[in-house]
Amino acid sequence: MGYQISRKAADDIFAQLRESYDIFAPKVFAGEGCFSDTDVIRYGKIDSLDEIEWARRSDYSFKEALLPVNETLFYFTEDETSVPACRQKDLLIFLKSCDLHALKRLDTIYLENGPEDFYYKRLREKAHFVLMGCGETCDNGFCVSMGTNRTDAYDLYLKLDGKTVLADCPSEKLRGFFERADASVCNVEPEYVSENTEEVTLPKNLSVKDFSNPIWEEYGSRCIGCGRCNFVCPTCTCFTMQDIHYRDNENVGERRRVWASCQVDGYDEIAGGIEFRKTQGERLRFKVMHKIYDFEKRFGYTMCVGCGRCDTVCPEYISYTTLINKLNMIKKEEA
Amino acid sequence: MGLDINTKKAKKNAFRIGKVRGEGASRIRVPGGYLKAEILGLVQEIAEKYGNGIVHLTTRQGFEIEGIRLEDMDAINEMLQPIIELLDINQENPGTGYPSSGTRNVCACIGNNVCPFANYDTSQFAKRIEDEIFPNDLHFKIALTGCPNDCGKVRLHDFGIIGMTLPQYDPSRCVSCKACIKGCKSLSVDALRMENYKIIRDEEKCIGCGVCVTKCPTRAFTRSKKKYYKLTLMGRTGKKNPRLGEDFLLWTDEDAIVKIILNTYRFVKEYINPKAPGGKEHIGYIIDRVGFEEYKKWALEGVELLPETKMKECVYWNGIHFDR
Repeated sequence: MGYQISRKAADDIFAQLRESYDIFAPKVFAGEGCFSDTDVIRYGKIDSLDEIEWARRSDYSFKEALLPVNETLFYFTEDETSVPACRQKDLLIFLKSCDLHALKRLDTIYLENGPEDFYYKRLREKAHFVLMGCGETCDNGFCVSMGTNRTDAYDLYLKLDGKTVLADCPSEKLRGFFERADASVCNVEPEYVSENTEEVTLPKNLSVKDFSNPIWEEYGSRCIGCGRCNFVCPTCTCFTMQDIHYRDNENVGERRRVWASCQVDGYDEIAGGIEFRKTQGERLRFKVMHKIYDFEKRFGYTMCVGCGRCDTVCPEYISYTTLINKLNMIKKEEA
Repeated sequence: MGLDINTKKAKKNAFRIGKVRGEGASRIRVPGGYLKAEILGLVQEIAEKYGNGIVHLTTRQGFEIEGIRLEDMDAINEMLQPIIELLDINQENPGTGYPSSGTRNVCACIGNNVCPFANYDTSQFAKRIEDEIFPNDLHFKIALTGCPNDCGKVRLHDFGIIGMTLPQYDPSRCVSCKACIKGCKSLSVDALRMENYKIIRDEEKCIGCGVCVTKCPTRAFTRSKKKYYKLTLMGRTGKKNPRLGEDFLLWTDEDAIVKIILNTYRFVKEYINPKAPGGKEHIGYIIDRVGFEEYKKWALEGVELLPETKMKECVYWNGIHFDR
């Protein structure tokens, strides 16, 4: 159901929503970018629609609203453990189409890949999603190539248009807020991009034989293994475990799970100091193949959603999109 | 009629008296070495009209238009006017060139306009200092650099300004990847360590370079909202006792630095050797003579230091002594 309301009425609805929801959205953290006098756009709790960065893609994805960078799984004493309570309020998360497609990947990994993940599930059940349209393509994004430029999987679509706000609200639960606000009913279609600057063609017929392609070492030799590509990725879900023993009493502590990166040293280190992928080339290959090959083999669809964040964030200017297109050319020539 | 030039006046007017009789050079100050490209064209025009077509990029980030005839100084001053205006240099009488030259051009590295390591906009701060101190004619050398790498070589100046940031750490965003620890160890002072998978920063050791911030892949480390500086004092080259500037203030701010520099002009006016050749004496030599305690008293007058500023109570210099 589509609605048109005044900005004032939208602000009132927002204020009501805040009573029952923790609202997360991309916002500008001024001066908190990597370099001096630069900003970063990442997710944070918001108190007003004005705080939302609508136009530019966030540098870090929405995933931290569902998967905290650090999450305490339980606290332990010598003879018992306790699980921290889940947040009380429901979650409302503002995101763009690519990220909403990424949500499906997170669900697949945490809910459909063996036993359900208790922590993800309890937060996921509380989460509702507000789609933000895309008026024009972002830098490096290739959602059109990946088929993630459109979605109807949202609970609410919002578009600010000066003094007017347009909404489409498939969610019955949220619809009440608009009906109570006396919103005028109209047809609202989410804005989406139908063309990106970047076009990516996924290589066909990839196999383990492609592991020996020299392209991995070529790019790997440039990679510094910082893991930024993983941390900004809306579909990377790996974590590691940390047991913290409190300094004043080492018999008490907590177990946390913390984001991990397959590019960073220590990711695949096992007892005895053995590492499966020692070089950055091997690690890069693992990541790219996971995004465009083996996830699909297992779950039937491609993992990468084409948000382009990994291209934008790489300090060494390693372009994932260029790499994939190059790989595609190589595969075509082989065929 | 012979060439009759008041060389003292000419030098103060930013002209060099060269070794070829009747020839000299016109010196253009560019605060922070940061300028619009159109100024290059204006410099070229003067060099081709009144000079020998050669321009020297000076060691203090200015231009020196070579091979000018000393009798053309007035005409050159006319042509310098748009440059002086574009660079917004303090001037008393338009069309008469630079009112003084003793206080040298304020130098700066490129700073955070471009450089990923810099902690502040060096050219903007250079401009602010220039605006406060020019046209003083006392021999002051000031340089700014964006970070403790000190590409600006500021420790060779009377006042060296080094950008610092106070790292802000959010443990809830830290993934224990150790990029900051490795960066700090290999590029800086090894001030970080990990305890219980989180970072502990040794506040005594940390020099505020910001490497941890640029290395952090998750924005766990970010920069302080406030910009901080290290102020080094009385570095110099020279025939008697070349030496590196020594730390005076750590974690200080722009206002304190500007005030200390202005106070130092008062100090020098009070204590300069009245017989100093050309009315110029290195400030460092004056402090050597008067004592650091006396200098400090003058320098800090009316200065409000931030609570977090650390001051070296007494500063000692070493360097190479050719005069003993």
